[in-house]
Amino acid sequence: MERAALWPPRARALVAALLAALAGNGTAAEYVQVPAGTLTSAIAPDAIGTPVPIDAFSIRVTPVTKGEFRRFVEARPEWQRGRVPQTFADRRYLLDWPSANAVGDAHAEDEPVVNVSWFAAEAYCEAEGGRLPTWHEWEYVAAADATRRDARDDPAFRARILARYASATPADLPAIRAAANAYGVRDIHGAVWEWVDDFNALLVDGDSRSGEDADKLRFCGAGAINLQDRENYAVLMRIALLSSLNGSDSTTSLGFRCVRPVGDKTR
Amino acid sequence: MMTFVSALRVVAARMAVTIFVVAAPGSAAFAAPAVLAALPGDSVYQLPITLTGQDGRSARLDGRRGAPVLMSMFYTSCKFVCPMLIETIRDVEAKLSVEERANLGVVLVSIDPEHDTVQVLKRVADERGIDAARWTLARTDAASVRKLAAVLGIQYRALVDGEFNHTTAVVLLDGDGRIAARTTRLGSADAAFVKRVRSVALAASR
Repeated sequence: MERAALWPPRARALVAALLAALAGNGTAAEYVQVPAGTLTSAIAPDAIGTPVPIDAFSIRVTPVTKGEFRRFVEARPEWQRGRVPQTFADRRYLLDWPSANAVGDAHAEDEPVVNVSWFAAEAYCEAEGGRLPTWHEWEYVAAADATRRDARDDPAFRARILARYASATPADLPAIRAAANAYGVRDIHGAVWEWVDDFNALLVDGDSRSGEDADKLRFCGAGAINLQDRENYAVLMRIALLSSLNGSDSTTSLGFRCVRPVGDKTR
Repeated sequence: MMTFVSALRVVAARMAVTIFVVAAPGSAAFAAPAVLAALPGDSVYQLPITLTGQDGRSARLDGRRGAPVLMSMFYTSCKFVCPMLIETIRDVEAKLSVEERANLGVVLVSIDPEHDTVQVLKRVADERGIDAARWTLARTDAASVRKLAAVLGIQYRALVDGEFNHTTAVVLLDGDGRIAARTTRLGSADAAFVKRVRSVALAASR
């Protein structure tokens, strides 16, 4: 009964995903459903300490791989390296691939795709019937360890994440398949950095460390974001990276995964 | 520096691609059809999104292609910076000659499409007494807002109370939608920016 009621809002996304899978000539990506809840975000746009409501959504179990992205650019040649307009991708876009439609050996096919711009990542997710996760959705899922949905207060958890980020190098992209977290999501830490839908919502002022807004007129409404959790260095690294990027930028350690809406809006 | 028109001729001659005529999007300013070549790869107009203006008419983002455009993003319930944004653009316009101003479009796109309906945009346009022949207060869907902000280099974030944080920038697009200049100065017009607007407007009118 309840499932039947969920169908209409989901139908379009499912059809789009099916078509994308057929066009991509590959297997459909695996998603897991994440239940609705609240998140005390490490960053606070306002009302420090107020939890942010999170609607239910489903998220890719793994980051998008080079093989998956290769099938996407084959089906959508306007996103091939050399064809994509500069507005959407810089010169480093997919630069690690030997050619526009080849990613290298079989091992490379299973590595997370990197050197993708935000526009290209968003286009990929749209083709899969979804979009990039918001910062809050990503942070919500990334807060989990193997058994707890929010392990962020555990210093050992934080230290593990930080160590993984610190050791990640472009030449050393792991084939994805690390152990799943409490949501069943893999490789959200450590494999690659990941784009978020609202990467350009991280209004970090040059002087936000001081807590003062040096140039108030740059911002309408309140000032730059405040960091509620100054001890969470992995989050600070993420903010520093994402807030420094333009939508056409690509880097050697930045990939993405996608989310899909679920029809259930009740919490 | 090549002028805009001579650059356009070069592009047209080199590419010999589909030449098309820009139809007038319901404005006298567009009565003279312009022949345009393929869009440059670095054009903001590469973004295939549709805007709906305060008059309820929809057009692609490149609806004013051929003429320079001042583009920015705002939301109507903003009490302080957004009215200043409109006054700042007016101040830029006040420093232009009649000829320079004649073809200059102004497109302000809402970052709050949920609340900024066509009716709201129309009311604000009337309240602010904007010149509807050249100015458009526009809305689009939320995903397109995020993409437009990304191409314009504007950051914004919804707050819990319905307000938004956003960076304020006015972006000058040349006739092909390339970013020719930008300013973040509010209040009195930025002199260097005005200079760029004049030269782009002049090039486009040739």
